[in-house]
Amino acid sequence: MSTVTANAIDTVFAELGAKGETALIPFLTMGDPDLDTSVKLIAAAEAAGAHMIELGVPYSDPLADGPVIQRASERALRHRISLTDCIGVASKARAAGVRMPFILFTYFNPALQLGLERFFALLQEHGFSGVIIPDLPLEEDAEVRGIAERTGVHLIPLVAPTSEARVERIASQAKGFVYCVSSLGVTGVRADFHAGIDQFLATVRRASSVPICVGFGISSREQAERFAGVADGVIVGSAIVRQVETSLPPEALADAERTKAGLAEVQAFIADLKPRKSETA
Amino acid sequence: MTTTQVPDTYGRFGSFGGRYVPETLMNALYELEEAYNRYKDDPDFLAEVRYLLKQYSGRPTPLYYAERLTEHLGGAKIYLKREDLNHTGAHKINNTIGQAVLAKRMGKKKIIAETGAGQHGVASATVAALLGLECKVFMGEEDTKRQALNVFRMKLLGAEVVPVTSGTRTLKDACNETLRYWVSHVDDTYYILGSVTGPHPYPMMVRDFQRVIGLETKDQIIEAEGRLPDVIVAAVGGGSNAMGIFHPFVGDTSVRLIGVEAAGRGVDTDKHAATMTKGTPGVFQGSMSYVLQDEGGQVQEAHSISAGLDYPGIGPEHAYLKDIKRAEYVPITDAEALDALQLLSRKEGIIPALESAHAVAHTLKLAPTLPKDQTIVINLSGRGDKDVESIIGYLGGDLP
Repeated sequence: MSTVTANAIDTVFAELGAKGETALIPFLTMGDPDLDTSVKLIAAAEAAGAHMIELGVPYSDPLADGPVIQRASERALRHRISLTDCIGVASKARAAGVRMPFILFTYFNPALQLGLERFFALLQEHGFSGVIIPDLPLEEDAEVRGIAERTGVHLIPLVAPTSEARVERIASQAKGFVYCVSSLGVTGVRADFHAGIDQFLATVRRASSVPICVGFGISSREQAERFAGVADGVIVGSAIVRQVETSLPPEALADAERTKAGLAEVQAFIADLKPRKSETA
Repeated sequence: MTTTQVPDTYGRFGSFGGRYVPETLMNALYELEEAYNRYKDDPDFLAEVRYLLKQYSGRPTPLYYAERLTEHLGGAKIYLKREDLNHTGAHKINNTIGQAVLAKRMGKKKIIAETGAGQHGVASATVAALLGLECKVFMGEEDTKRQALNVFRMKLLGAEVVPVTSGTRTLKDACNETLRYWVSHVDDTYYILGSVTGPHPYPMMVRDFQRVIGLETKDQIIEAEGRLPDVIVAAVGGGSNAMGIFHPFVGDTSVRLIGVEAAGRGVDTDKHAATMTKGTPGVFQGSMSYVLQDEGGQVQEAHSISAGLDYPGIGPEHAYLKDIKRAEYVPITDAEALDALQLLSRKEGIIPALESAHAVAHTLKLAPTLPKDQTIVINLSGRGDKDVESIIGYLGGDLP
């Protein structure tokens, strides 16, 4: 039985905050193109300068996701990737030397079918610091929240520009960070963010006692830098998953040289997303 | 009975229901719930809905005594609740009229809808034309091929049909895509969900708009027989026509309520849509209910000859009625439904929709086992015209 230690997400944000830096948080769909490559991609993301990473569980009905992550999920599910496989990737990545915190991103049903107690026990066992469940709003999360608090895994909530009065309730209870959805819509690359985005982020900031991060639609360093001053971290999903789709298609895996080159391309892409300078909020 | 008090404020029917959706939609669901609660007892709102149900859709629909079918089976008396005689040919319009009038009161000018067989899409496109609303219908690409006639019908009515190419390209993914579109356009768009599924308040609201079927049936059977029916049989995919006819009878415990689900090629094959027979509790498309899923919680593809029953989920209130043992759910195969469709056509001159044919098929098994003084009401939820082309495909162009 381990004693309560500081959550690694909190530690990373404290260090970045002291340096005035913004966290870069990539998202990868586990099992796309396969699980071994997922482990290598996680290592590549850390080498590219990522501060923590979201490991996405492929799901048959990804309601909150746009076409890029839907396609990645379909590719991963073709070789029957399970939730426990995805959780297991974290231990393999640790064994490969990855040090940054892991956050699992999963829809609720796979966790529910596994059993919520067992789900959190596995998250603990494999060294996860946080979990994001996009289809589990505040009204439905009581049981999950209770287990999360007991196990020390942060349940990271989402807030949206439409959350309005809910922001206060969500942000005040948040652990780890508050995931601010930049725009109305599903995940995916986009040119514009919600018109009231800065005001929205300011509202979340006021209500939150933990860092705030922005995601949904961030696909370039310019966009990441746009949020560097107002948020503590930026989450980049679809843009990276699309790069994986291009650089590491399943047929590339048979060719070791091509795989190596593909990993290098994804690493360079992630490195280029990192905000070059940051301002304090 | 306490069943009339469900759902609770969390949208729970026992342990089923709820609101499992992305945060972006939560306030839209509250806004919808508040608007619905404000108007559901408002005399002007109700008068407008009732007027349209009567003068536009042709309600009340008849409760017809199927004498030749009854004689043929030699058991209980069989009545057909003729929802197929509604404008647009199915019960779906009861709900779309209610929701479209509500959308208008809420100041929404754009509506979206998902559709499987196309019946709900047509019913949505119809009320959009009637009330001057802009309408987009999401339909699985596979279904647009199976139901090409309905695609054209929706376009004639001025709606835009969006073929969905993700996932299984059927109703399940049409629902996902409609929800995704709603997340992106929640500011000005009203989502007319077509069944008693999805997040709260939809299962409650759609049930309430479909209750007119059961309320009329109750009056009509008492007028015809002087007492309540012994059995009510209805097909279930998502479950809206069944909930509509069941609900007013839930407190009448002498009335057996039987939901008939699609067994496709058989419940022991992997080609069926028998959610109650083979599914397990899970969260799917916004609510907790029975779901066809693998052990890892991935939702499985459903199969049925009927595009309207081809769905791996079911409304949460049905799950609740099953668990409290107030309703029974039984499977009927594609082949049994096709036989029933032909028998009803020849005995009564009524070609039922393939969905409704499932309810007829179960009645063919049940009626001969019951005494002649008992009555069965079948909810004949839709007419079969839309299915003729696919029936030709199954039976061959030339009938014996």
